[in-house]
This record gives sequence, C-alpha cells and structure tokens, in this order.
Amino acid sequence: MSVDVTTKIELETIGLQAYFGAVRAVHGVSLRVPRHQLTALIGPSGCGKSTFIRCLNRLHEETPGARAEGQVLLEGEDIYRRGVDPVLIRRRIGMVFQRPNPFPAMSIFENVASGLILAGVKDRRVLDPVVERSLKQAALWDEVKDQLKKPGTRLSGGQQQRLCIARALAVDPPVLLMDEPTSALDPISTARVEELLIDLKKSVTVVMVTHNMQQAARISDQTAFFLMGEMVESGATDAVFTNPKDSRTEQYITGRFG
Amino acid sequence: MKVSPWFDRWRKWKSRAALLLLVGGCGLAVLPLFAILLHLIRQGASALDWAFFTQAQKPVGELGGGMGHAILGTLAQVGLASLLGIPLGLACGIYLSEFGARERQGAPGTRERFASPVRFALELLASTPSILVGVFVYGVIVVPMKKFSLMSGALALMLILLPLVARTSEELLRLIPQHLREAGLALGLPRWKVILSVVLRSAWPGVWAAILLAMARIAGETAPLVLTSFGNPSFSHAWDQPSASLPLQIYTYAISPFEEWHRMAWAGALTLVLTVLVLNAITRISGGSHERRRHD
Amino acid sequence: MKGDRIFLQILRGAALVSLLILAGFFLQLFSSAWPALKASGISFFTSTNWDPNQQAFGAGAFIYGTVVSSLLALVIAVPISVATALCLTDLFASRVAAMISFLVEMLAAIPSVVFGLWGVFVLSPLLRSTIQPFLAERFSWIPLFSGPPLGIGMMSAGIILAIMITPTLTALSRELFLAIPTLQREAALALGATRWEAIRVAVLKSATSGLWGAVVLAWGRALGETMAVTMVIGNRAQVSPSLFAPAQTLAAVLANEYAEATDDLHLSALAAVGFTLLLVSTLIHWGAKTWIKRRAQT
Repeated sequence: MSVDVTTKIELETIGLQAYFGAVRAVHGVSLRVPRHQLTALIGPSGCGKSTFIRCLNRLHEETPGARAEGQVLLEGEDIYRRGVDPVLIRRRIGMVFQRPNPFPAMSIFENVASGLILAGVKDRRVLDPVVERSLKQAALWDEVKDQLKKPGTRLSGGQQQRLCIARALAVDPPVLLMDEPTSALDPISTARVEELLIDLKKSVTVVMVTHNMQQAARISDQTAFFLMGEMVESGATDAVFTNPKDSRTEQYITGRFG
Repeated sequence: MKVSPWFDRWRKWKSRAALLLLVGGCGLAVLPLFAILLHLIRQGASALDWAFFTQAQKPVGELGGGMGHAILGTLAQVGLASLLGIPLGLACGIYLSEFGARERQGAPGTRERFASPVRFALELLASTPSILVGVFVYGVIVVPMKKFSLMSGALALMLILLPLVARTSEELLRLIPQHLREAGLALGLPRWKVILSVVLRSAWPGVWAAILLAMARIAGETAPLVLTSFGNPSFSHAWDQPSASLPLQIYTYAISPFEEWHRMAWAGALTLVLTVLVLNAITRISGGSHERRRHD
Repeated sequence: MKGDRIFLQILRGAALVSLLILAGFFLQLFSSAWPALKASGISFFTSTNWDPNQQAFGAGAFIYGTVVSSLLALVIAVPISVATALCLTDLFASRVAAMISFLVEMLAAIPSVVFGLWGVFVLSPLLRSTIQPFLAERFSWIPLFSGPPLGIGMMSAGIILAIMITPTLTALSRELFLAIPTLQREAALALGATRWEAIRVAVLKSATSGLWGAVVLAWGRALGETMAVTMVIGNRAQVSPSLFAPAQTLAAVLANEYAEATDDLHLSALAAVGFTLLLVSTLIHWGAKTWIKRRAQT
C-alpha cells in the first residue's frame, strides 16, 4: 500500500466477511483507512461494497438474517468484540445514505439535533451552536438559517442530502460513512456535495461508496476496488487509476465491464 | 461527543423494556382468540351430537333439542342473499373497474359519469353499522308486509354482502393488466366477452375467495336479523314467515336464563366459529394471497 | 356493438340499484325518524330520559354510552394494536410475523354474537369476581371505579369492543408502518439510536398523523357494533360516571327494543336513534377517509 506510513490508521478491517443468510456477500476483506483521508470504494453494482460499508458501523446486522464475521478496528478497538454496544459505535461512526432520508415529521433543526437529542442533550444553549456548526460544515447554513423550523422534507433533494450530512456531523463522529451519497442527486447538487467532502476530510475520516469512477478519481485519496464480494485491490487513488496492479481493476476502470 | 455512560445504560434498558412491552402487547392481541376458542371447545363440544344438528329448539324445561332449524335457516338466508347479492355485487364491481376508471390511475375503459357516486354509495354502505341495514329493511319490507320473514332477513344480509363483493371485485379486476384487455379486443371479441371471459376469469380465484369470505361474514351477522327474520323456534322456512338462524338462535339461547340453553348457545357458537374460521383459513391459505383485505 | 350496449345497460342497472339503496336508506330512516324528532326537538339529543311507557324519548344516555364505550375501547385497543403492528413490521422474523397476522385476521372473522356470548359467560363473571373488586378496593376514590362490581356494564362493553377492533387497528397501523422506508429506520440507527429509539423516531413519529386517521376509522367501527355490546352492556338508559354501571348504546337499543316496539312514537324514536347513528358513523368514516387521503397527497 502506497499510503504514507506516517499517517495514522483510523479504521481497519481484518478478514471481514458478511452474510445474508447462507449467502456470503463480502469475502474476507482487509482494508486500512487512514485518518482524515477520503477512501473511495468502487466496483460494479452488487459487488458487496455497500454491504461492506454497512459492516463498518454494524448496520449490516440489522437486516433480518444478516451477519458479519471478522474484525473491524476503530482506533485499534474491535467493534465486533463481544460486549461492544453497536449503539455506541454508531455514535462514533456517522453514516449518509444513497437517498436523502431526513425524518419527515421533524423540522430542519430537529433533524440536525436528533442525534444529540437521542443522546440526552436537550439544552438549547448546547444544541443551537452545534446545529449551526453542523449546517455550516454541510454548506447548508446560508440556505436554511431563516427556516430552521420548516420540515426537513420541504427542502430540495440536494439540500436534503446535505441536511443528512449535517445530521450525521452533529454528533461529531471521527468517521463518516457515505453510501453513494450523490447517486440520487442532480449534477449541480453532486458538485456541491463533492466540494463539501473535500473540505470535510480535513477534520473527518470519510469512507465513501461510489459507482462513479470520475468522482472517486476527483476527490478520494485512497481507492479500493471491489468485485463479486472481494476486494481486488486498494491503494492511493492516483496509483489505482493510472497503474492498477490487477488486470480486473484495469478492465473495470477502462470501462470494459460493469 | 461526551455522553454519560449512565445515561447510555439507561437508554439500553429503556429500549429493552419497551421492546418487551411491544411483545407483551402482541400477546394481548392474540390472547382473546385462544381464550375464545378454548371456551367454545370446553363448553360447546359436549353438546354437539346428532340431535343438535337434526332437532329444533325444545320448550323450556325439556332436555335435549338442537339447532338444526337454525342451521337450515342460516343456510336458506345466506343462500338467498348470495343468489341476489353476488351477481349484483359483481355487476357493480365490473361496472366500476371496467367503465368507471378513476382519473389518477391508468384508466381502463371509458369513464362513466355514474361511477363516483356509485363508489361513494358502496363505501358508505360498507361502513354503515349492520344494525341499520336491519332498521332499513324493517321499514321497507317488514312494516308493509306486517310480519317478520325469512325473505326480509335474506334481503338484509344481501345489503351487507353487496358492498363487500362489489368493492373487492373492483379492486381485483383493476389489478388485471390492461394489455390482457387489449389482446382480447385485438382478437375482435366484443367488449362484454373480453370482460367476462378474459378479465373476470383471470381475476376469478381472488374474486371467488372474496365471495367466500363475504358469505362467511354474513353467515355470522346477527344484528340485522333481529329486526327482519326475527327467529323461530321450529323448522319453518316459508319465505314469508319468521325464520330461525344460527347466530340469532345463539343470541336467544345466550340471554335466556336456562342452563341447558346456555350449553346449546356454546355448541352453536362452536359450530358457527368453526365454519367461519375454516372458510377463512382455506381462502387465505390457498387463493387468499390474491386478495388484499380492506379494512375500511 | 349491440351486445356491448346491452351489457353496459345491465351493469348500469346494477350500479343504479346500489345508488337507490343508499338514497332509500337515508330517506327511509329520516322519514321514520321525523315524527319523533319533531315531537322532542333538540331535547331528543340532550335528554337522558328514555321511558317508552311514559312516552319520554331522550337519546342522551345512548349517545353517552356509545361515546364512552367506544372511547374506552380505543384506550385499550390503540396501544395493543400499535404494539402488535410494530412487532409485525419491526421486531419479528417474517415467518413469526406471518403467523401472528394470520391469528389476528382469524380474530377479525369471529362473529359479533360469539364475542357477546364469551363476554356474558367468561369476561363479565371474571370482571365481577376478580378485576372489578380489585379496582374498587384500590381506586374507589376515582368515580370511574365506584359502585358495586356488576360485571355486566360499560367496562365489559369497552373491553369486548377493544378486542373486536384490534384486528382492524392492527392491520391499518401495520400498513402505515410498512410504508415507512427501511432507510428511515437505518438513518436513526446510524445516528446511534437504540432499537426502541429508532422505532420511536423513525416509525412512530412519521406515522403519527396516519395513526390518527386509523384510530378514527376504528372508532367509527366501534360506534356501530351491536350484538356483542347489547349482550354485555346491561342495557340500561342511564348516565353514570362509573365504568362498573350498566349503560346503553345507540346500536344496542335498536337491537333490544325495535322488534318489540308497537307504539308508533316509540318506533319513530328508535328510527331517530338509527338516523343519529347513521349520521355519526358516516361523518366519522368520511372525516377519517378525507384526512387519510389529504395526508397521502402531501
């Protein structure tokens, strides 16, 4: 791996396997995610990259019949160790989904504050600055600062997705997982989210699934290529795209399949 | 972000307790079914004998007797109601689905001006408390005839059956894809033939299941019969005379002060419930998957 | 084509019949009710004195009994049904959920008169011997639990009604919960919500307005339920704050007195009771339906 050895590893998977019932969707993936970098997971649809990312905050196991094996180390601590509460893990690893999913019955403010409110923070003097900070981080503040009481679902698709990013950031997670965050957005909104991600990775470690190779090339520092449940190759984005080690990676990025 | 570990532990326990309460609620929801079935079998099975199915009500004080007359009365009234209500209900269902398309959905057929008010009327009829159907039939049939009769009971049941059949058959016919109709029309078949032999036939398993369920439902109706067929202690099934029926006889037996009659009531209820449940179970397990049950 | 025209005419005829039936319904009930309504005026709805022998016809006690018994049923059935629906959509494995919903549908198929029978011989004695004395001993300072524990009465009716509307309410809430995308629940979990919190935040909160519609629909159901209620409510036209006391509902009085009434004014007063019930249940049904429709559009 051509990642700078001085960079600290934030998240690491060791032999991670994921199953749906008897079907194995992810086959023994070992990946190191360096701190404050953006790691992109690419590959054709159905290759297991989404399942993989959902194992990183233990969300995979919430699907009926699904389970995961292996290790996922968050700052060196295995989140699959017995006795670890997934609720606490998920507070440290935020997630943004394919489609914007603000809570429909909540206002913009409540949406952003929901993670904190769940964790027992009710004091407006604490919530107000956090909501403002998160919305600013998500580059949404200027657009919504005068309508914080409106339902989150009134916003446009791109704004909703940034609202979801703000919601994830409000609990101040060191890691942010993004599962094709721009696939449901128009090109302009996509560009805004990408800008935002470049800014965001100064302070947060981002793991992002994308089916858009240009996107991976544009904004990621590290890229991992998935195929049929396996991780074929991973490394610095430049290296993977200009000089792939595996012929399958080369075929994929030159557009011969997928 | 720092959160007190105590609070997190509290949340965890709260979550567990809440989920446990949900499961408890679910238990409470199904408990009555078992309780009722248990009591029906315990109290009713012993009175189920040959005489129960063949004899009529005996005068107070005499042992024995049965509910044969009531079973026959129910069969007669449900049969008559179905004979009238099923064709009428199907006709309404076909009318609504084939000629009364709602604007928003892909519209099969032309749009009839009548359709919305008819749909409205059927929904209202379906939502009306069944006792009011009895009050209505009492006013238009029983009062002019100056007597309770099997026929008025059957008519009341028919009015309950009609919206059930019409509304489910409309929904089921609507599910038949438009291209099947077009294929039929393209063969040069007249529209009525396409509707009957292509559309209705494709939807038939579901429609049939819906009809059976509707019949099971009216077989257990009691309230409208109190005002129409009234009940009759003996075998008498002239169309213009008061007639017994199983649910009505259960009611009569149940509110009587006699031990022996209570036993009969339980046995009758057991018979009724078994019939209704078996009909329901069969239609749901076999053709029932076609049918989306409406709860409105 | 000739065949098609005839066919359509037949269908139109059938459709017309259903329209006529509905029109006949309102006309018949209203015209039968008119004499009594004219004789009593507004006091028909406000007076609680119903005594056919004295020609006194006030339906107030029936309205009270109908409202209280159905509200009691909702108080019991709503939490149970919502909990059951949540178990079906969010907790149980699909095979268990299918079995439970089958059982709940079977409960819906049981005829009203059988619920009544069970209420008379099992539930009411149980209330009289155990539950009501218990409540009376501890909570007799609340008017709801005062008076002698009779078994038969408002409480029996409320519980029986609750059992009877549980399947409807469960099915309606289940549909609401199923319509909420999994993504919504995952959003909550990914934020660090516990399972219960995810249900509360992502499911219950989103479904609240729809649940109101479902509750009102079920309420309309409970208002018109007749046989089981008439068998367990005690059939007495009175307004008592106690849930132990006998009462009467609009629907139950119809089943009880109609067939035996001979006096013209009495019959007309009963028709007026029926007309009231028709108006109330129709209004509630349509109110709930419009509410649900409007919500679906936004």
